[in-house]
Amino acid sequence: MTKKFTKDHEWVQVDGDVATVGVTDFAQSQLGDVVFVELPDAGRVLEKGKEAAVVESVKAASDVYAPVSGTVVEANQSLVDDPSMVNSAAETDGWFFKLQLKDASELDGLMDEAAYKAFVEESH
Amino acid sequence: MSMNNQGRPSAIPAGAASFDGVTGTVTGNRGLQIEEPLIFEQDSAGRTGVDLPDVPKVASRLGAVKPRARVGLPGLAEPQVVRHYTRLSQKNYAIDSGFYPLGSCTMKHNPRLNEKMARLPGFSDVHPMQPVSTVQGALELMDQLAYWLKTLTGMAAVTLAPAAGAHGEMCGIMAIRSAHEAKGDSGRTKILVPESAHGTNPATAAACGYSVDAIPATADGRVDLEALKAKLGPDVAGLMLTNPNTCGLFERDIIAIAEAVHAAGAYFYCDGANFNAIVGRVRPADLGIDVMHINLHKTFSTPHGGGGPGSGPVVFAESLAPYIPVPYVTHGKDGFALVENAGEGPAFGRMKAFHGQMGMFVRALSYMLSHGADGLWQASGDAVLNANYVMARLEDVMTASFEGPCMHECLFDDRFLKGTGVTTLDMAKALIDEGFHPMTMYFPLVVHGALLIEPTETESKASLDQFVDALRALAERAKSGDVAYFQAAPRLTPRRRLDETAAARKPVLRWTPPVPAEALAAE
Amino acid sequence: MRYLPLTEADRQSMLEAIRATSVEDLFRDVPKAARLAGPIGGLPNHMGELEVERLLGSMAAKNVPAGSVPSFLGAGAYRHHVPATVDHLVQRGEFLTAYTPYQPEVSQGTLQVLFEFQTQVALLTGMDVANASMYDGATSCAEAVMMANRVTRRKKAILSGGLHPHYRDVTTTDARFIGFEAVALPAAPTGGEDLLALVDDKTACVVVQNPDVFGHVRDYTDLAAACQAKGALLIVVVTEALSLGLLTPPGDMGADIVAAEGQSFGNALNFGGPYVGLFAVKEKYVRQMPGRLCGETVDADGRRGFVLTLSTREQHIRREKATSNICTNSGLCALAFSIHVSLLGEAGITQLAQLNHAKAVQMADKLAAVPGVEVLNDGFFNEFTVKLPKPAAAVVEELAKRRILGGVPVSRLYPGEMEDLLLVAVTETNTDADMDAFAAALSEVLA
Repeated sequence: MTKKFTKDHEWVQVDGDVATVGVTDFAQSQLGDVVFVELPDAGRVLEKGKEAAVVESVKAASDVYAPVSGTVVEANQSLVDDPSMVNSAAETDGWFFKLQLKDASELDGLMDEAAYKAFVEESH
Repeated sequence: MSMNNQGRPSAIPAGAASFDGVTGTVTGNRGLQIEEPLIFEQDSAGRTGVDLPDVPKVASRLGAVKPRARVGLPGLAEPQVVRHYTRLSQKNYAIDSGFYPLGSCTMKHNPRLNEKMARLPGFSDVHPMQPVSTVQGALELMDQLAYWLKTLTGMAAVTLAPAAGAHGEMCGIMAIRSAHEAKGDSGRTKILVPESAHGTNPATAAACGYSVDAIPATADGRVDLEALKAKLGPDVAGLMLTNPNTCGLFERDIIAIAEAVHAAGAYFYCDGANFNAIVGRVRPADLGIDVMHINLHKTFSTPHGGGGPGSGPVVFAESLAPYIPVPYVTHGKDGFALVENAGEGPAFGRMKAFHGQMGMFVRALSYMLSHGADGLWQASGDAVLNANYVMARLEDVMTASFEGPCMHECLFDDRFLKGTGVTTLDMAKALIDEGFHPMTMYFPLVVHGALLIEPTETESKASLDQFVDALRALAERAKSGDVAYFQAAPRLTPRRRLDETAAARKPVLRWTPPVPAEALAAE
Repeated sequence: MRYLPLTEADRQSMLEAIRATSVEDLFRDVPKAARLAGPIGGLPNHMGELEVERLLGSMAAKNVPAGSVPSFLGAGAYRHHVPATVDHLVQRGEFLTAYTPYQPEVSQGTLQVLFEFQTQVALLTGMDVANASMYDGATSCAEAVMMANRVTRRKKAILSGGLHPHYRDVTTTDARFIGFEAVALPAAPTGGEDLLALVDDKTACVVVQNPDVFGHVRDYTDLAAACQAKGALLIVVVTEALSLGLLTPPGDMGADIVAAEGQSFGNALNFGGPYVGLFAVKEKYVRQMPGRLCGETVDADGRRGFVLTLSTREQHIRREKATSNICTNSGLCALAFSIHVSLLGEAGITQLAQLNHAKAVQMADKLAAVPGVEVLNDGFFNEFTVKLPKPAAAVVEELAKRRILGGVPVSRLYPGEMEDLLLVAVTETNTDADMDAFAAALSEVLA
């Protein structure tokens, strides 16, 4: 299982041809208390880099982009019920949605954990 | 994910809850601060605050619709209603009670003469659909207001229809699109907006189907003219620019900006939110502006009323003058006439029902007449003087974002708080305890932790000095490391910091009747 | 200059503190060519209160106040009696001169009022939740249509021919510029529209008005269900909010969104504005709602308090992605609405609505007795349409000469159409003598 990161602070973890997507722990720390998430319905086709979900804190609303292209197979319903999970478990139980990968080679352009960490330290 | 929408923080800092806590009184009241339940919690069935005539006995004629069983409203007598709203009013800060330096909002004194004039039955008790022959005075007032607005801006035409500033923006952008369409130019899909703009600007452009392209600022807080020129082209419909801008600065290159916009075949929209700085001294038409909205509730002293009603007339240069909405007043052979239906003439449509915010027109004209040309000259001068004075007196303890002179408001950022653990929000809350309304915080977005102070011309020097002294002392206190003091603020208000996270996670947006005890018992 | 506290000595000492030579010097960033040398030409200099009162008073005197003569105008604006308490409380400076409650610790008064207002609107309309108000009924209607577009991800609205033409025009203007389809049906003075037949899989909403612009009241329960079965929303517009005190509310009929004008409660006619738009929805659509919302929460000491909430929908956060560009509501008009509704209470609102209806029934009978006059409505609330043997606009002018404001000619709203139709509204402010005078004058004019 590989875990990759985007410059827009999403993470994606691939298991076979299914990718799980969420926002990074750094992103949640910047957002503050998350109060609402809007997730894509199963079956929706997402394109790499395009808007896929919305995450809102009290004073900020941010779009979450699809790190890779694919078809949504599942959205995290428990996150809708308890958005605070984005804060408490951003990179584990607080995942946003799962995708059926369209093109695994899209993953190659993303950062690994070490590169992302360096990116965050450098740019913030 | 995008991180461009960051706003102000909201959490209640740890340790805040332990201070004073309860009032220590039996009632929860604290002297003049009296707790007040919801109106729904004071119900007694059958009680009412009005006495009405008996209903004539006739057979009802409601067709197929049934009368409803009940609405569910509470019953209170008049003295209870008076006390309810009086107590609630006492939990509000207001211009009438103190200094309200809310940047970009122009919280100036609201003269009571305006209120008296708006309540003359000849204005307040006139129906919008009365025969035109019976409302000649109302149309004359609209015509007079239009004359003042056109004279003060140097513009060719004005619509009074829009209900507020943002509504005026919509109107202006609709006019720009109509003008391009009339020329058969359909390739213009973009509106340019500086990064420092009010949020309504990009929201308006996007609502009208345009894509929004941001223009960067220069190090001195103005539009980057070269960057603007690079973005101008046959795909740009217009530029939306606030001037004086949201950093409180006048756009020095404005004439060159207008020329570049016009050379590219686009129109120049000015957000007139900050018109108070220059009213009576600079005419926007002389700056090359094609269209601008005016907030009567800012520049012309109509009351903000806790969030409206506003009024946002829009002035147009000759180039856009044909593209205005209905209604408008014309001079007919029998006095004033009203063009009120879309499709009569070149009007592009209608913005709201009837003829605009008449009640606000009366108040604004009352203010204009009171000040006159000489008074407005003095007023904008004093507004700018007051802001520069506040800036000069705070510069050594706080960090001004840009070099002066500023116009009617001055902008600081939170560099002076660096390392103190105190945030802009904390400073604002501590100011509340000192008896001031905070300045605008975290806007504009182009500086970090913004504090935008707009004193207006209706503040005395003594009031500015008191504010400055308080802010200086707070800045020193922050630097001395007393973080706990700030995080616990405000302490002396009817409510202390409120949990906005809880409010947003599980929204409770209305009162609901309590479940009766017997129903609970039956469960 | 009574609004300016600075003295000349103040100005001098302040300029010294700034190290500026003059106030003009502070304007040095303004291009010289655009700076006026002195007070602007073409406008008078300042005036005292007395002079302003005289000048504006003379303009006001040229109008005929509706309350000074028998008046029967409606068509979206209604003359009701506003209790003295309302205006007294609205003019308290703490309400009048406060800004939007962005600092909740010092705005609990405005916030609690908004929370109570939202509850009153929800109760009156029979809906789950309401916002803190919109500009007016017409803009509320257009915003409702745009919200339906967002909810359904469709882009077509069907507008009933019973919808007030100003509401129709605001919506179609938005449609043209914002980019959706609005199919406006022809005026329907006697009803008989088959709205459902027009609903297809692209339709986001159907907009009806109750009572409609011609005064007809209808039950839309079946239409609501049928629209929803086709994936479209039903928007019910109400221009006479007092009707909600008597009629089955839109929420009980199954409406998804209610867009209404609230002027009837607490607000004077004001020649058409400012008024207060009401906006209420089913709970499931809350996050798609435009406008401000006030919510309940607790403060740092655990006490109940109120804040503006769900503001991430709004323009100052979402900027180009906001649900709407609106950033004001009609705060003070909403306060007036709320105080009036609080004074009325359950008993008062019911009686006031019944009183309006009963008087309208009496007036309809009196007019029907005038030779050549026909009342078109079977069911109505406090407004109905009559057919005249002469053009209504000319009749209304003749009545005005007899100092009676005898309704709104339908052709004023629909230029060149239905010239023989007249809209007549009756409220509690009309006495029996007013009604008799109107009927008698009409007989005279038609004779």
